[in-house]
Amino acid sequence: MAEQTATRQITVPLMADLAAKGEEPEILFWVGCAGAFDDRYKRVTRAFVRILEHVGVKYAVLGMEETCTGDPAKRAGNEFLFQMQAMQNITTFEGYGVKKIVTACPHCFNTIKNEYPALGGNYEVIHHSTFLQQLINEGRVGMAGGGEFKGQRITFHDSCYLGRSNNIYEAPRDVLAALDADLVEMKRSKANGLCCGAGGAQMWKEPEPGKKDINVERTEEALAALDGNAAALASLNGVESGNAGATPAPRNGQQSSIIAVSCPFCMTMMSDGVKNKERENNVQVFDIAELIATAEGLG
Amino acid sequence: MLVAVAGFGLFAWQARKIRANILVGRDRDMSGNVSERLSKTLLVAFGQQKMFKRLTPAFLHLIVYVGFIVINVEVIEIMIDGLFGTHRVLSFLGPLYSLLVGANEILGALVIVAVVAFWWRRNVGVVRRFTGPELRMWPKLDANIILYVEVILMVALYTMNSADLKLHQLEGVELPGAYPISSLLTGLLPANVAVLHGLERLGWWAHIVGILLFLNYLPSSKHFHIIMAFPNVYYSRLVPQGQFSNVDSITHEVKAMMDPSYQVPPPATNPDGSVAAPTPFGAKDVDDLAWTTLLNSYSCTECGRCTAVCPANITGKLLSPRKIIMDTRDRVEEKYNAPLIFQPNLYGTEAKHAETEVLSKENHTLLRGYVTPEELWACTTCNACVEACPVNINPLESIIEMRRFLVLEESAAPNSLNVMFSNIENNGAPWAFSPSDRFNWADELFVAEKA
Ligand code: SF4
Ligand code: SF4
Repeated sequence: MAEQTATRQITVPLMADLAAKGEEPEILFWVGCAGAFDDRYKRVTRAFVRILEHVGVKYAVLGMEETCTGDPAKRAGNEFLFQMQAMQNITTFEGYGVKKIVTACPHCFNTIKNEYPALGGNYEVIHHSTFLQQLINEGRVGMAGGGEFKGQRITFHDSCYLGRSNNIYEAPRDVLAALDADLVEMKRSKANGLCCGAGGAQMWKEPEPGKKDINVERTEEALAALDGNAAALASLNGVESGNAGATPAPRNGQQSSIIAVSCPFCMTMMSDGVKNKERENNVQVFDIAELIATAEGLG
Repeated sequence: MLVAVAGFGLFAWQARKIRANILVGRDRDMSGNVSERLSKTLLVAFGQQKMFKRLTPAFLHLIVYVGFIVINVEVIEIMIDGLFGTHRVLSFLGPLYSLLVGANEILGALVIVAVVAFWWRRNVGVVRRFTGPELRMWPKLDANIILYVEVILMVALYTMNSADLKLHQLEGVELPGAYPISSLLTGLLPANVAVLHGLERLGWWAHIVGILLFLNYLPSSKHFHIIMAFPNVYYSRLVPQGQFSNVDSITHEVKAMMDPSYQVPPPATNPDGSVAAPTPFGAKDVDDLAWTTLLNSYSCTECGRCTAVCPANITGKLLSPRKIIMDTRDRVEEKYNAPLIFQPNLYGTEAKHAETEVLSKENHTLLRGYVTPEELWACTTCNACVEACPVNINPLESIIEMRRFLVLEESAAPNSLNVMFSNIENNGAPWAFSPSDRFNWADELFVAEKA
């Protein structure tokens, strides 16, 4: 870990201020509603900004000019509201001549990248996992070699809108690999990953009647992987032979370990799942950006 | 000859009706990208790429698939023999013929083994995905009929070959071809020329008639996938799975709202020049779905790989993506052309409407008549079903189309979602936060400086 000499206060640059000075940032950091309002995910936003400041990327945010991408409305069937939101955002982007957008939310990422072009908004859109992967590959972060997380057991939960929706599986894993941790895979991972239960606007409603909540099912799987508990895995409903990887080596369930996520809704669902299973004492849920910021000692 | 004409004729007639059924769907331009589509068809349909996510069924299925293809060459011979009165017309191929017939014999035996394994998995071992409310009655029977027919066809093949072989042995003439299995069976047959002759003919007829009957059974069955999988994969979506379709009519409306000078294209007209009735937003019935979705429903093998990975289904919700696809096919056949054997699978009628309620063909629509809002709202749009389907069916698309109808035409979203909608409208976020607090996260933010 690099030596800390001092801390510096960050003034997050706004698009409007840069434009007033006639400047253009390299990237627009799209914060997203969860990143701006959800107390837990605000910490991820702040961690990501620390990384941006640390590596010296010229970035800016929209601040109060940002508005929902319309993803939850679209998945819930409200195409009209989605398009109203989309047009409003596209107008803002066009006004600033935005070219490159980075976001920590897979839903915003998918919507802006895949669904805005049909409405006239064409941008290079990058999820923060890919962005961090690039920084690591370029040697701009991750030089500290993980330190803090060396040997810690971490399992990565794939977000549907990053993974299956956009085929991004390796970027977040590469980022975690920089931590020098003990990475284990869940039985259902990558293309076979199980949803956390929040997508498709489920985040805003109660689940339909059933036997179990989806986030509990997924958390049980994550805990089984972290504990290397084969019996617990076998009892999970959807794990059929043929799509299952190896079971991680068994170990004491009391050792502390981490579920890594890269989506604000997965964060909420997995954190609630860990609470439900009463494992908050030794299992924590972190976004990959938080792990990198901590490993780099960025505070 | 007559049998063949009748068999193929009937099939052509059924195929036309199905084509008409598929074309009631909404237009969607799927032209272009020919090479990408062809390579996908080669990999996923011919190459069975997606089957190999689950190894055991993949191997069993591969045996039956290869067996089917190779044995079809022998079927061609049987047909030619039948039409022109020849006997084993392809035998001039010499060693190649021996290879072919020999491979057939061995594959036939493997097919029987695979079919027994399939039957076991389906009826005794009970793999979870072969259960569920949509797999009762006809679909369950259908799955087993297919397995029985496959065994009958193989037995017919062996009867024909071993009787023929024994006949030749008795006459002291060598029968062209290699018969590793049938030569083991000759001992079981009587040494009576007339009986052997009869058996040989019986096997021959059973095979050919069986195949033609089976061909005409396909349109009523999930086994139709052996044909439909190919066009279905060819016409599957090439865009990222997360990209949902756009509703153009809404785009025009929104653009006109934001910019009064925007020229909305004139509404579609009927052939006689009158203005066509506007199409509803989303889907209430099968004709509101894209034609590719209807093609999907005819390609479904009812294998349940989609349902087995569906997070909603796994955790006990009513939603089953397979059921939505099966419902679509049942409904299009109920409303338009029905195949020879047709009985809509109205499993769980209870869940859908009061038993006393009499539903006519008209109001027994896909949405509500077959698929309930409860199923639709349980979907997390996770794309697991789309990823899992070995023939590239997309159940999620229909779910979203029906959600659109519920929200935009009926304002029938669950209340909590209506709250979310109005939050987005009023606050620009799905939660009830004030937009002026949107930038508060940046307050008091520090970073460690490195030396
Ligand atoms: S997209 Fe919907 S229907 Fe398909 S697997 Fe996911 S939750 Fe189930
Ligand atoms: S939709 Fe695909 S995965 Fe689902 S049952 Fe049909 S063929 Fe199988």
